[in-house]
Amino acid sequence: MSASSASRVLIGKVGLDGHDRGVKVVARILRDAGFEVIYTGLFQTPATIAAAAVDEDVDLVGLSMLSGAHMTLAPAVVAELRARGCNAPVVVGGIIPAQHIQRLKDAGVAAVLTPGAPADQVVAVVRQVLDDAAALH
Amino acid sequence: MYRSKLWTMRMFAGFGTADDTNWRFKEIIKSGGDGLSTAFDMPTLLGLDSDDPMSLGEVGRCGVAIDTLADMEDLYAGIDLGATTTSMTINSPAAPIFAMFIAQAEKAGTTRARLGGTLQNDILKEYQAQKEFVFPPRQSMRLVRDTISFTAAEMPRWHSVSISGYHIREAGSTAAEELAFTLANGFAYVELAMKAGLPIDSFAPRLSFFFNAHIDFFEEIAKYRAARRIWARWLRERYGAQLERSLQLRFHTQTAGVSLTAQQPEVNIVRTAIEALAGVLGGTQSLHTNSMDEAMALPTEKSARIALRTQQVIAYETNVAHVADPLGGSYFVEALTDEMERQAEELFAHLDALGGGSLLEGCIRGIEENWFQGRIADSAFDLERKINRGDRVVVGVNRFTEGNDDSSMELLEITNEDEARQLKRLDVVRHDRNQAAVDEVLARLAAEAADPEVNLMPCLIEAAGAYASLGEIMGAMGSVFGRHVEVPVI
Repeated sequence: MSASSASRVLIGKVGLDGHDRGVKVVARILRDAGFEVIYTGLFQTPATIAAAAVDEDVDLVGLSMLSGAHMTLAPAVVAELRARGCNAPVVVGGIIPAQHIQRLKDAGVAAVLTPGAPADQVVAVVRQVLDDAAALH
Repeated sequence: MYRSKLWTMRMFAGFGTADDTNWRFKEIIKSGGDGLSTAFDMPTLLGLDSDDPMSLGEVGRCGVAIDTLADMEDLYAGIDLGATTTSMTINSPAAPIFAMFIAQAEKAGTTRARLGGTLQNDILKEYQAQKEFVFPPRQSMRLVRDTISFTAAEMPRWHSVSISGYHIREAGSTAAEELAFTLANGFAYVELAMKAGLPIDSFAPRLSFFFNAHIDFFEEIAKYRAARRIWARWLRERYGAQLERSLQLRFHTQTAGVSLTAQQPEVNIVRTAIEALAGVLGGTQSLHTNSMDEAMALPTEKSARIALRTQQVIAYETNVAHVADPLGGSYFVEALTDEMERQAEELFAHLDALGGGSLLEGCIRGIEENWFQGRIADSAFDLERKINRGDRVVVGVNRFTEGNDDSSMELLEITNEDEARQLKRLDVVRHDRNQAAVDEVLARLAAEAADPEVNLMPCLIEAAGAYASLGEIMGAMGSVFGRHVEVPVI
């Protein structure tokens, strides 16, 4: 199955980081590209993100992280999702130093979007990750 | 605004444990910075202890971790707080952190009356933009009232609130929205204190402002000029201030973090220099310049030094500080200033109507109805679309991208060792303190919080002195105040 634009995407803020400019812009970009977007709001934990992803039966989870806690929290979200039997791929966006990107991917993150990523790249990466996930399962 | 006294070069710093930041503070003082500015980590900003489950991965990362008075003692060890001024960027837990600061200074021999500095303490913009909120708006405003009353009575050198447009702009507002929302919040604090019975001239001279310096050069200068005009007019005409000091808008400026790019980060030095110059030509009283690597990480010592040197070049080499308001009379800047003022007045009129003739009520309702949050998100998305279409050029992002593949810059790496060290420290403090005294003062704090007439500052200073932790103090107040939950809008 190819990822249709009607895919359901959960966008979340995990941890204590209140910077929500980027997450809201990305949510609107994806919504305008035809995705069904669910935004969790602030201050989620890996467990609440995973629970929401299962409840909403989403195809992909996007995390916005600007506080530097990504190396702890992003792998924890992946683990919580898998523990619940949810295979939705995880995409991380935000202030992520280049040397952390491979380490995040090793921890199960499907893709990383860094500052300045244009709208069409955000949409293309999300579609690609969805296609790759669909090919696997 | 200069001729005689330059602005304060106040560099924001904080990371890891209190020891680490104390070392950075001393470096700043050695290299010619003349005021301290404290960045707290996320758990501290949200009033959580380092060992709270929600703090995992965030301890000491975006700033310094403060759990108890013991950390505050380490943070300012060996620094004469009567001789420098100290700014603390803290909002939801501003009152208890301020209480720890006072307790620490008095223990070290500096009386509260001699302490000079600024508490950010601007809770309204937290709900609107920065989003580090804990208690509901009305309960939080009671704590702001208590700090304003307390400093008006006991701390003549202290700025009780730094009314901040910086975060509103960073969250995506336009320049005119930054100006209008910030000043409206300022009017709200004025009305709050007047409602508590304080004469306007007893506290207005201790209010200060904090604006962004973005990259649209003349627009920014016009924004600062308009802010001064509006504040003076409203304070005199609407609130009846008579002291000249009450009418004067004093402000700190920080260059725009959001204008920095991860692509070709050295170019950020140039952006920051231009933004800093706008702040200076606009007459700022104090300035922080961002470092070139901050779109990727906290700054290294070297990048922070270059940022400070940028201010020193402007201050000591260019001679721009030899004249006050150098762009006054420029047809373009005067016209922009008028236009900024007109747009701000329109937004004040909306909030005044929303609050039934009260800006205090208008600002709180605007938060409760998501009006501010929605406008800021709309403006952020507008700008994003312009950048995406190429209508707004960002060098290295949507044009002139050759060289973007060079990622050789060395970045500051914060390890989890800081977290482990901080947890151990908190354990030791909890073990060594008199637990019965902590329990007693926390019970009293909860009882006082339930009586809206009581000023909580004296009890908070006692709680700090007993080494109650920030999380415990916030918990005691939270048992009465409850928590704020935002209904997110996208």
